[in-house]
Amino acid sequence: MSQREKVQIMDADGIRRALTRISHEILEKNAGTKDLVLIGIRRRGVPLARRIAEKIKEIEGTSVPMGILDITLYRDDLSQLEYHPLVRKTEVPFSISDQKVVLVDDVLFTGRTVRAAMDALVDLGRPKSIQLAVLIDRGHRELPIRADYIGKNVPTSRREIIDVSLREIDDEDKVIIFEKES
Amino acid sequence: MNFKRKDILGLEDLSPEEITLILDTAEPMKEIMTRDIKKVPTLRGRSVITLFYEPSTRTRTSFELAAKYLGADTGSISVATSSVKKGESLRDTARTVEAMAADTIIIRHSSAGAPHLLARWVSARVINAGDGAHAHPTQALLDMYTIREKKGGFQGLKVAILGDISHSRVARSNIWGLTKMGAQVRVVGPKTLMPPEIEKLGVEVYYNWEEGLQDVDVINVLRIQLERQKKGLFPSIREYTNLYGLDRNKLQVAKPDVLVLHPGPVNRGIEISPEVQDGPHAVINEQVTNGVAVRMALLYLLMSRGEKDEIPA
Amino acid sequence: MKYLLKDGMVVDPIAKAVTKLDVLVEEGKITAVEHQVEAPDAEVLDLEGCYIFPGFVDMHCHLREPGEELKETILTGTMAAAKGGFTAVACMGNTNPPADNSAVINLIRDKAKEASFPVYPIGCATKGRNGEESSEIGDLVKAGAVALSDDGAPIMNSEVLRRVMEYAQMFNLPVISHCEDIDLSGTGVMNEGLSSTLLGLEGIPAAAEEVHVARDLILAEMTGAHLHIAHVSTAGSVELIRNAKKRGVHVTAEVTPHHLCLTDEAVKQFDSNVKVNPPLRTRSDIEALYEGLKDGTIDAIATDHAPHRSDEKEMEFNLAPFGISGLETAIPLVWEHLVETGILSPVEFAQKMAFNPGQILGLPDRVIKAGYGANLTVIDPRLKLPVKVEEFISLGKNSPFDGLVLCGWPVMTISKGEIKFSRHQ
Repeated sequence: MSQREKVQIMDADGIRRALTRISHEILEKNAGTKDLVLIGIRRRGVPLARRIAEKIKEIEGTSVPMGILDITLYRDDLSQLEYHPLVRKTEVPFSISDQKVVLVDDVLFTGRTVRAAMDALVDLGRPKSIQLAVLIDRGHRELPIRADYIGKNVPTSRREIIDVSLREIDDEDKVIIFEKES
Repeated sequence: MNFKRKDILGLEDLSPEEITLILDTAEPMKEIMTRDIKKVPTLRGRSVITLFYEPSTRTRTSFELAAKYLGADTGSISVATSSVKKGESLRDTARTVEAMAADTIIIRHSSAGAPHLLARWVSARVINAGDGAHAHPTQALLDMYTIREKKGGFQGLKVAILGDISHSRVARSNIWGLTKMGAQVRVVGPKTLMPPEIEKLGVEVYYNWEEGLQDVDVINVLRIQLERQKKGLFPSIREYTNLYGLDRNKLQVAKPDVLVLHPGPVNRGIEISPEVQDGPHAVINEQVTNGVAVRMALLYLLMSRGEKDEIPA
Repeated sequence: MKYLLKDGMVVDPIAKAVTKLDVLVEEGKITAVEHQVEAPDAEVLDLEGCYIFPGFVDMHCHLREPGEELKETILTGTMAAAKGGFTAVACMGNTNPPADNSAVINLIRDKAKEASFPVYPIGCATKGRNGEESSEIGDLVKAGAVALSDDGAPIMNSEVLRRVMEYAQMFNLPVISHCEDIDLSGTGVMNEGLSSTLLGLEGIPAAAEEVHVARDLILAEMTGAHLHIAHVSTAGSVELIRNAKKRGVHVTAEVTPHHLCLTDEAVKQFDSNVKVNPPLRTRSDIEALYEGLKDGTIDAIATDHAPHRSDEKEMEFNLAPFGISGLETAIPLVWEHLVETGILSPVEFAQKMAFNPGQILGLPDRVIKAGYGANLTVIDPRLKLPVKVEEFISLGKNSPFDGLVLCGWPVMTISKGEIKFSRHQ
């Protein structure tokens, strides 16, 4: 099965603006940075969380703790996979108990990754609240999950693939929709 | 990298890529062990049975904790080796364990090859937790994890394995694993405890410590079974300790930052002196921690995935 | 009954000839061996393309009766022998009770009579096979023992062996020696070498056999007795026997099919079906065994047929008993590995399987000539079949050769004029 590039929906500037807005919204909703922590979901949630943390520091002048969550061990589809997703380290070098945790990921789709991430989080401690920030919400939820902060809502069909590139991993910032060709 | 094995019976068949994947996977597992809640749901609903024909509380506990940290359920069967001949046969025990619907069986046995027979007889996955003098793959993997963590890699590393090579499954598995990963392995011990043609495995053989430990980066000290002395394989414990016991004096000829490993349990003051065992070079307790992490990695790699295209051992 | 074996290739181990001849068998005897035999009243068996050998003798097998009838009985063992192409067998005395007295020898002979198959019992050299006191050799001979051996329990005491040899010599009986220094072999379960090192199994060094071969040869030289070395497995043993023969020592020797075609690398899967004593050795030992067969150092090929119950063999390698169930695979194994490859000619094969073992044990009728008893083994060199353990007649299914495709299977076994086995339609 091949895939065909359909349309670019965000470029570097678009991503930057979206993250700036999300940073403001996080601060507004949480009334500042008190007890606020950011946790990026591997892989592309990590640079996004880091950029949001930097933006918040620009705006507020205070640093927010930033952690990394690997949700592989919490996935509900492991036994159906024919390959092994590589397990990587979870790096949350601070307590999340009684903190307001903002989970950060690139794309919100079925909601299963976020479900796994929430399970992983509560194994690390008991947060006061968990909020969700995503760059793209493409719909098609399979679980009762919604995002608190959304960079861009993109109505898609299930045949389409959202591909997020970030310069820290992919050398450039862009979001492209591909279509599967069967 | 894809890990498609049904069983882990030894390191002989594993590729360097597979070994690297196991060691890489053990790193995040070690992080889980530092948490307050040491449990992930990955293997929820899966069962692991430890089938031990030799008493080894530490290895069994290490496997059980590894399974539990990953969310699996565990059970255990102990069989005294002395009753093997008159008691239930391994063949029948295999049928029993199979009937209990175990997903994975961890077997420790004093007979070389027992895990291989078991793997042929059951559909469950089989991990060798030590078979006779043949293989102890998880011990070698945890040794290698410890070495890699401390030394950064294996290429060109000089590793000495010191002691009773003949009867040591730890030595054999370490030789397979380390040589595959590019380390230069040497075995050091008395000729009476050196198996024939061992040099054909790509190791150097030394009978005296002055040469054998010269400039080595790692010394893996083997446990000496005291009953070997009765079979005339060495004259006395005292002489063994004099000639091969690792003490501060012998450590002098190794590299200054030499790492000292021991698979435990230690015969304190016999194969290793207390000041070395408790000294700055020894990483014996870290090996134990790493053992749980490596076993978690193996259980994850074996048990978490679907069962397509497996490579039988 | 009258049979005419038509158009087979008759192998003569004495004249060293293979000739296309007809063989007429009447009343248990060979009555004619000629180019064209006319016998209108005989049943004609067309053996075009097959070899007719003098009846093969397995001079070393374990029939397990009395005592271990779940492993084998004299009836099942001799039926297996017939199917395997043997017209007579000599069975070892390590039964329970052991064949160290005439009562057990008589029992074996009675059972053999019931099975209607020639079985030549080998009596124990010492009482209870304990290597300490000589058994009543005169009584054993009277009862029908054809040789003496403690087989798997080697006589470690050289003085005892000396006296057994001297005594046996009075009766013209060979002493068959399982050569193993049991201190050197210790608790070993396979050949000592690279393979045992890799597998972590305890090794039996070649020296464990060779030390004993050397000692036994020296005692045979001293006493003048007939020493027969069982299942030679090492290059060193071959060399020792070769030199002794040159010096005129009265020694003969045998080798098993499995030692001729498997090396210790076969242990790799921990399959206890390759666990034998002496253990499977190395490629260079096999080469030496070939050489020994060719130059006459090794006189005979014998199966050391050692049937065991499957539950005994389905065990951890070091805990399982030694032995291979060999009667039903011996001929095609040797044919495929040695005759087909040209290492042994059909004539030499006849010497190793029929004539020489007959000579060693003093058995009659190992030639195909008019007037002799009709003991014949017919082999079809074109017949290619897989070994099927589940089709063994032997109760011992312990064979590592299951599934192996071999050529040169026995197609007819005639013992004392009776067709004991035939694939012939």
